Amino acid sequence: MTTSTLPRRTALFESHQRLGGRIVDFHGWELPVQYESIMKEHDAVRNRVGLFDVSHMGQVFVTGPQALAFLQKVNANDISKIGPGKAIYSHLPNEKGGVVDDVIVSCLAKDRYLVVVNAATADKDFAWFQKQAKGLDVSLENKSDHYGMIAVQGPKAAALIAIIAPAAAALPRFGALELELYGQRCFITRTGYTGEDGAEFIVPNEIVVRLWEDLLAQGQSYGVAPCGLGARDVLRLEAGYLLYGQDLDDDFTTYEANYGWVVKLDKGDFIGKAALLKQKQEGLKRKLTGVKLLERGVPRAGAPVLVDGREAGKLRSATFSPSLQAGIGVGYLDLPDLPAGTKCAVSLHGREAPAEIVKVPFYRSPNLKKGA
Amino acid sequence: MLDPKTLRYQKSHEWFSPDGTVGISDHAQKEITDVVFVEPPKVGRVVKQGEACCVVESVKAAFDIYAPVSGEIVAVNAETSKNPAVVNSEPYGKGWLFKLKPSSPREADVLMSSGDYEKFIASEAAHGSH
Repeated sequence: MTTSTLPRRTALFESHQRLGGRIVDFHGWELPVQYESIMKEHDAVRNRVGLFDVSHMGQVFVTGPQALAFLQKVNANDISKIGPGKAIYSHLPNEKGGVVDDVIVSCLAKDRYLVVVNAATADKDFAWFQKQAKGLDVSLENKSDHYGMIAVQGPKAAALIAIIAPAAAALPRFGALELELYGQRCFITRTGYTGEDGAEFIVPNEIVVRLWEDLLAQGQSYGVAPCGLGARDVLRLEAGYLLYGQDLDDDFTTYEANYGWVVKLDKGDFIGKAALLKQKQEGLKRKLTGVKLLERGVPRAGAPVLVDGREAGKLRSATFSPSLQAGIGVGYLDLPDLPAGTKCAVSLHGREAPAEIVKVPFYRSPNLKKGA
Repeated sequence: MLDPKTLRYQKSHEWFSPDGTVGISDHAQKEITDVVFVEPPKVGRVVKQGEACCVVESVKAAFDIYAPVSGEIVAVNAETSKNPAVVNSEPYGKGWLFKLKPSSPREADVLMSSGDYEKFIASEAAHGSH
């Protein structure tokens, strides 16, 4: 990994410019925040299909006889539950139960795994992995500079994927596949960050542009739209997904983030287990909680949330939700047991906008089967 | 729809028409991105030139709208409450924000002409402020 402070560009940078993408700096990467309109891109993903350049994300390969033992040690989720061809969402806890990163782990073979990590944390994660791998018969390779990544998301994603990679279209949700595309070794997982069906293509940089252009061309009849970070952030917040560095970091635990299902205390020992067990027994003092405005208005990150007139916390992520046609946000409130429907207020431009506590996810796509 | 060439502009990207109507420029609506909410001023409110009196919110952020001249707010555009996207689609037409009755009409003299505003946008872009 380079440590340059100059903004980095993905292999698709020129494609974004040609498509009229408005480029912003995102954790040191020059990426499009939008092309034509965040609302139109959001609509494409909820109703048709959208393409996202997520090449800034990192890829770490874990191989060797103790690959699973290593992954079990650093993950809160039970990696032994996935065999070859499966992926799983997980958190990497630190000793205090805080979160080093949230990741997707794919099992490629019994002794070979791919971990997709966040862009801003890729170097931190790799250093953490190297430290924790000491004494284990496992090899770690940070291939983040070698691969680009394209997310195809939306109810028409499977149909589009079927044209490019038929085998991937047949995969179940959280299926993973290693395959050849354009003569190069690639990986596809049926995962995403939008709350819709879809897949993420992890392909060598040399073929990212070809894949992007083929997806755009083949997707025309499905109403495909290239989508930027702006739509991605709205979609993921509606779907209740965490944004590392904003909703979650080294100081908040998986339980506090309301992602307790990720922690598998019965799987054997792992880093942070003792701290997480203790917190589970003692109860939470704060919890990431969903808030929805009851009047028109748009809450923003940093806005105080008032419960019974007292500030209970601040919003970490907030936006206008096109799917709910309402302002939504999540924040750590020091009242961890507030039931959905509890009335509260969000401070906006010096006024107190009426709001209520709601269950997260804010939005469940009717396009996804229940439990999928 | 008003002809943008006949309007006056301020650096914060509001336009002002000789009849007292205020809106945001096409450049501004593109920068703001999808407008999802407009909080108009109250009719009857008296504002000073440069005073923040209206909020335009997009998915991305909230933007204050500053009064181009001093005066009394005499009308607000109800259409922007029903369909805020009209600010994006017709910034010089159905997407106007409010109308004011200027108290010192000479204040409009400090506003930019269309040509000067175009130059101002170009210089802003050159300085990489976006």
